[in-house]
Amino acid sequence: MNDVSSPLLLQLAVAAPLAGALVLAFGNLLPKRLCKLVAFVGFLVPLLAALTLWYGYSAAPKTDGYAFLSATDLGLARGFGIALKLGLNGISLPLFVMAAIVGFAAGLAALNSGAERLKLYLLLLLVMHGGLMGVFASVDVFFFYLFHEFALIPTFLMVGVWGGRDRTYAAMKMTIYLTLGAMLSLAGLIALYVKSDAASFDLINLRAAIAHSGGLLPFYQHNFFALLLFGFGILVSLWPFHTWAPLGYSAAPTSVSMLHAGVLKKFGLYGLVQIALPLLPLGAHDWSSWLVWLALANVVIIGFVAMAQRDLKLMISYGSVMHVGYGFLGVATLTTLGAGGAVFFMVAHGLSVALLFLLGHEVLLRVGTYDMNQMGGLVKRAPVLAAFFSAAMLASIGLPGFAGFWGELTIFLSLWSISKLVTALALLGVIISAVYGLRAVAKVFFGEETENHAKYAVANPTADLSWSARLPALALLAALFFLGFWPKAITAPLNETLGQIYPAVEAAAKVAAQ
Amino acid sequence: MTPVQQTLHALASTNHWSALAPEIGLGVVALVLLLLELVLPKRAVAVAVPRVAILGLVAMLGWVARDWQSAWLGQEIFGGMIRQTIDSQIMRVFFLLASLLVVFVASVVLPKHKMPRVEFHHVLLVCTGALMLLAQSNHFVLLFVALETVTVSLYVLVAYFRESPLSLEAGLKYLVTGSLSSALLLFGIVLLYGIAGNPLLVGHTANSMNFAELGAFLRLHPEEPLALVGAALVLSGIAFKIGAVPFQIWVPDVYQGAPTPVTAFLAVSSKAAGFALMLILVRGPFQPLAQLTVPLLSIFAALSLLFGNLAALGQRNVKRLMGLSGVSHAGFLLVGVVASIATSDAVSWAPAAVYFYLFTYLVGAMAAFGVMAHVSIDDDADQDLRHYAGLARRSPLLGATLACGVGSLAGIPPLAGFIGKLLIFVAAFQAHQWTLLAIAIVAVVISIYYYFGWIRAAFYEEVPAAERNVAPLHLGVAASFTLIALALASVLLGLYQGPLGQWIAGR
Repeated sequence: MNDVSSPLLLQLAVAAPLAGALVLAFGNLLPKRLCKLVAFVGFLVPLLAALTLWYGYSAAPKTDGYAFLSATDLGLARGFGIALKLGLNGISLPLFVMAAIVGFAAGLAALNSGAERLKLYLLLLLVMHGGLMGVFASVDVFFFYLFHEFALIPTFLMVGVWGGRDRTYAAMKMTIYLTLGAMLSLAGLIALYVKSDAASFDLINLRAAIAHSGGLLPFYQHNFFALLLFGFGILVSLWPFHTWAPLGYSAAPTSVSMLHAGVLKKFGLYGLVQIALPLLPLGAHDWSSWLVWLALANVVIIGFVAMAQRDLKLMISYGSVMHVGYGFLGVATLTTLGAGGAVFFMVAHGLSVALLFLLGHEVLLRVGTYDMNQMGGLVKRAPVLAAFFSAAMLASIGLPGFAGFWGELTIFLSLWSISKLVTALALLGVIISAVYGLRAVAKVFFGEETENHAKYAVANPTADLSWSARLPALALLAALFFLGFWPKAITAPLNETLGQIYPAVEAAAKVAAQ
Repeated sequence: MTPVQQTLHALASTNHWSALAPEIGLGVVALVLLLLELVLPKRAVAVAVPRVAILGLVAMLGWVARDWQSAWLGQEIFGGMIRQTIDSQIMRVFFLLASLLVVFVASVVLPKHKMPRVEFHHVLLVCTGALMLLAQSNHFVLLFVALETVTVSLYVLVAYFRESPLSLEAGLKYLVTGSLSSALLLFGIVLLYGIAGNPLLVGHTANSMNFAELGAFLRLHPEEPLALVGAALVLSGIAFKIGAVPFQIWVPDVYQGAPTPVTAFLAVSSKAAGFALMLILVRGPFQPLAQLTVPLLSIFAALSLLFGNLAALGQRNVKRLMGLSGVSHAGFLLVGVVASIATSDAVSWAPAAVYFYLFTYLVGAMAAFGVMAHVSIDDDADQDLRHYAGLARRSPLLGATLACGVGSLAGIPPLAGFIGKLLIFVAAFQAHQWTLLAIAIVAVVISIYYYFGWIRAAFYEEVPAAERNVAPLHLGVAASFTLIALALASVLLGLYQGPLGQWIAGR
């Protein structure tokens, strides 16, 4: 791949969904079929672009650790150093690819959802997807934040308009919580920019400026990291700021749950790994002991809450909140290994949770309820769905052979050197998720068919998983398998970048510990 | 020549009338409107008057743009009465644009209530001219005369729906509180004039109403108690105009009772004029008094941010909502003003950030008022959130415009208002105003609740069964284009600031 076309390809991956949304804005003038085609292209182009970039990444020339760099001045560049600068490094590349895959799957699910006012729905979903691609492609910290909001705003509207029960309350709660989180992290980012004396919001410049001055004063690091940690923490549903998440996900329409729980929520963790830890290692060290216990609360307390759920979608939602705790644990170790594990885990978790939301919706279509007590014996009517669902559950538990295994394994290894007690408690989470996951599979698919379910199936005869639903599920599952068997596809670029950035973090943490 | 003649000669030699051509032009157009009513048949008047007003405003906009690099930029002209700067040029454009949009809102509202056009547009144009003079004033006499022209015009406009008791009540309230603020201002001016003209003090001056001379005097006497009291009174008088707490008491009632276009005018132009004045004063003559102005304006800012947002939380009437949220916007803007004068680390580009914020507020607020004008039914003062239920279905265009405008006011990225707030935050940060910054961030989060409630009403709530027969809203072509332009501006100004951004960044 030559050097000129690849930055363009990256821009295209971000622009295509947004351009699709722009076309759909005039959807009233276009036939429905054409609108669907435009939306499909809008979801497909980022996927193809992301896969191509992934393939070409290792050979691509890199500047300051970033490949495919390109910058556009928007008017604020000279004085405030805000410019649209895109590029990928080893930390953002895996998440970028994951976002493209999940976005494609969510887009397919939306196209086949038969939602009311489908054009508007697709439009908002495209804006969201464009924002997500932008988040991970941005080198400029300001745009990293801006694209996040791009993705966030449509979720509020979509939950409110197309959501399930309690949608208005859920939308309002999400909006307020997430705005608070976003504002706190924005304050932290501004603080970082102003105090670093960097010439621009560009992450490369920020790193260089901070390295040049030998790091910010410990006082600043302590406070700025707190802003970023709690700001991002709210966005990632860190315990005890998580209450918006299960409610929001269970109220949201399926595609939105997939994109939000799968991809958008990784924003905060990604911000910690990519920005906060490398730039504020002393602050991170101050807060890491807090973070460990909060993250453990995510894993254990929310794990038990997930076990207690009788509603399938709520259970998946709580499970997703529980699992982000592992990501935080990896981050809290302040080691190269832990950060790498966190990134790998984010990718795996994004894929598997999206798959679960997708399949959960398919279950709903066949039994008419999310209440697991009224389910049973679905395997007879939908064996393929049962197979997919079981595989998804196993992937989410982190069975070897799936991507999640490598993520969890790395995190546990990095935790072991920090504290054996924490590792043991974190391992408890695997058992918890196995318990609720396998019990859900048993309840939904096996056992006797309930009376209720049989009645519903007669009234609404549905076949097994259709191809339109199989395709997105296959895409997600294939990615999970691929990474499970060939983790090097992610770890090679990841190691390269982490190796450049994280030794300094480890060294600073060691100094601070003494 | 006698000394008097000499003075007059000196005055006349600095009277560069062409520098004020746009203001004079507006006055002429305003008179032409009155003539038109005499000459044209009644039906033609209703059509012609808004068009002539728009033509006049656009022509003056062109004139300001043509003379952008005016030959007298930075010099005192008219014997020290007027001083044109790039800042004042920007505010002239601002007031002309705002009045254009007020004419647009009025073109929807006035026909609904069968109100006469001529007087409205006449007063509006005169008022616009006065606002433009205000932004260039360099002397307390001109400042006061221009400000009174604005205020008296607004007394008329607020009570324009003379058959609506609420409009009359609003007019009366505005009259009482407006007079009070004028009195405060005048008292402050007199104190400053007196102390700076005191022949017993070093550096006293006969021309102590002139900002430059007053500033020179205050630099020698930065701790003179009477001067401090005078400055505080002047700033309080201006705080009335911008609706900053504790001088916000008139805001909700007057905003609600005034006809919607006048509410828009009050919210945008009157507030902006207050900030233009405040920046001229605190960075000019009052600069030596930073030990007073910084804490005073910080308190105004903090109170406005908190009170405005908390009071807006419970509002169901959207005009009152706009009023109280306007109070909190005044708070954000005041944070920018404080950053521009903070004692040791004043931020040189903070005034530019304030202007940018004003422009984003202009776009966002006018989008909201444009939608309000279309949605309001019989009673202009009764514009409730419930009228917005199902708006997105009744008219997708109005729904989308409302979402862009209100979203921008709330400061949601990537809309224009976000960049405005971001610049203010960065300025506050660089000026080390930590407390104000923290309060501003809390204020943003609170404000999401009520702004979002409005969007929720428009998008999520269905049309109530009792009002099912409400027909889809139809918009005129011109109205559609204006609304689309406003919505697009809210989005584009957030994504691409272009020359405006370069100008701020370069300061």
